[in-house]
Amino acid sequence: MTVKTKEEKYNAYVKQVTPTTNMWLNICKAFLVGGIICTLGQLITNWLKSGGLNQEDTAAWTSLALILLSVILTGLNLYPKIAKFGGAGSLVPITGFANSVVAAAIEFKKEGWVFGVGAKIFTIAGPVILYGIISSWFLGLIYWITQLF
Amino acid sequence: MIVGKQSIQFEQAVHIINAAGVAGKKEAEGPLGNLFDKTYEDPYINGQTWEEGEANLQKDAAAIVMEKAKMTPEQIRYIFSGDLLNQLIATSFGLMDYNIPIFGLYGACSTMGEALSLGAMTVAGGYAEHVIAMASSHFGSAEKTFRFPLEYGNQRPFSATWTVTGSGAVILGKEKGIARITGITTGKIVDYGVKDSMNMGACMAPAAADAIYQNLMDFDVSPEAYDRIITGDLGYVGQTILIELLKDKGFDISKQHMDCGIEIFDSERQDTHAGGSGCGCSAVTFCSYILKQIEKKAWKKVLFLPTGALLSTISFNEGKSVPGVAHCVIVECE
Repeated sequence: MTVKTKEEKYNAYVKQVTPTTNMWLNICKAFLVGGIICTLGQLITNWLKSGGLNQEDTAAWTSLALILLSVILTGLNLYPKIAKFGGAGSLVPITGFANSVVAAAIEFKKEGWVFGVGAKIFTIAGPVILYGIISSWFLGLIYWITQLF
Repeated sequence: MIVGKQSIQFEQAVHIINAAGVAGKKEAEGPLGNLFDKTYEDPYINGQTWEEGEANLQKDAAAIVMEKAKMTPEQIRYIFSGDLLNQLIATSFGLMDYNIPIFGLYGACSTMGEALSLGAMTVAGGYAEHVIAMASSHFGSAEKTFRFPLEYGNQRPFSATWTVTGSGAVILGKEKGIARITGITTGKIVDYGVKDSMNMGACMAPAAADAIYQNLMDFDVSPEAYDRIITGDLGYVGQTILIELLKDKGFDISKQHMDCGIEIFDSERQDTHAGGSGCGCSAVTFCSYILKQIEKKAWKKVLFLPTGALLSTISFNEGKSVPGVAHCVIVECE
């Protein structure tokens, strides 16, 4: 029991002396960067639509364009700099997902195409895919149940 | 001679005959930049991978220290070396071509303290004429081993440290050199239950405080006995905690304390947050900066204690805390 209180006391003390980030500033930066990425997506969408593409194809091409952009920026080592500034603003959009896949691919290429890139490309994105699919399955289930009545 | 609970006082001091420090580009741009024996523009340190690069750091540090001491590998009885990578691959691949008997060490970032302690004991015991004690770390290989791929975009907290790319090596022997090791205090594993691997200063500070306290007790001296008390890589957060913890035990080391992680980078300009870390941090700062200060007698007696955070990605993911360890080495001028 005494050990536990000592640990708790120390952890509380550590928390007190460890500098923290300014949450509101971070939120503003995330809003700015996330907003820019989304606006860019909207611009691509509008441009494609004005060229006569239907809604479904426009959505697909917009995603592809943003993914390509993120892949190129990751390869040029620019995306980590954007993420350092923008935090969740660059993490949440599809560009952040692409970055997590490409970063792993670049890093683990040295370990070969099968056990390196093949096995480790989804080390960061894997959980997002797994739990993304599971949650969409649950939502689908809920939707299906509501449609029964 | 055995002293106190955890210490040894060498009846005949073990001499540090020579030292070499090699470092990467970011370290070269830091406050200690012009003190290193060799620096590298190439982040891969002339290798194909981060791991090969780190192996090259060790290879070069060993070559340079032998060259400076005018010695050949045949004159070295043992190497004591370690790094941060799984199964010590930087050490094995970097040093195998020298054909010198070797002890591979893992003490996380405290490895240089462990290498110096064991090397000094070996020489003092008469089991070797000359040994090399060394350690290395590399930013890229450490990030890959412990954190994320380098191109992955994320934010590092202010308490996080930046792994130093570098390697430091010394040759220990019985003849006069640039400094001497007069005693050691071997640290225990100390766990205060911190689970945040991005705040390693807080994880290691209790171990450092414990080792320093034990050193002062065993040798029955006060902090004033040392011109400097130099920790490995506690960083700014760890430094604050260490000074506070020792104050609680009745010792004020705020005047003597210095941290290699704080010295090696300019945290404002180089965006390194809490400071530098890694085995290379204390090793290269010791070899390129601390020993030079002792050699020119700016400092006469120093307590050098590299600090290590004992974790792996597995222990971290399995919810374990991050215990610390620190090994004290007393270094005096000739």
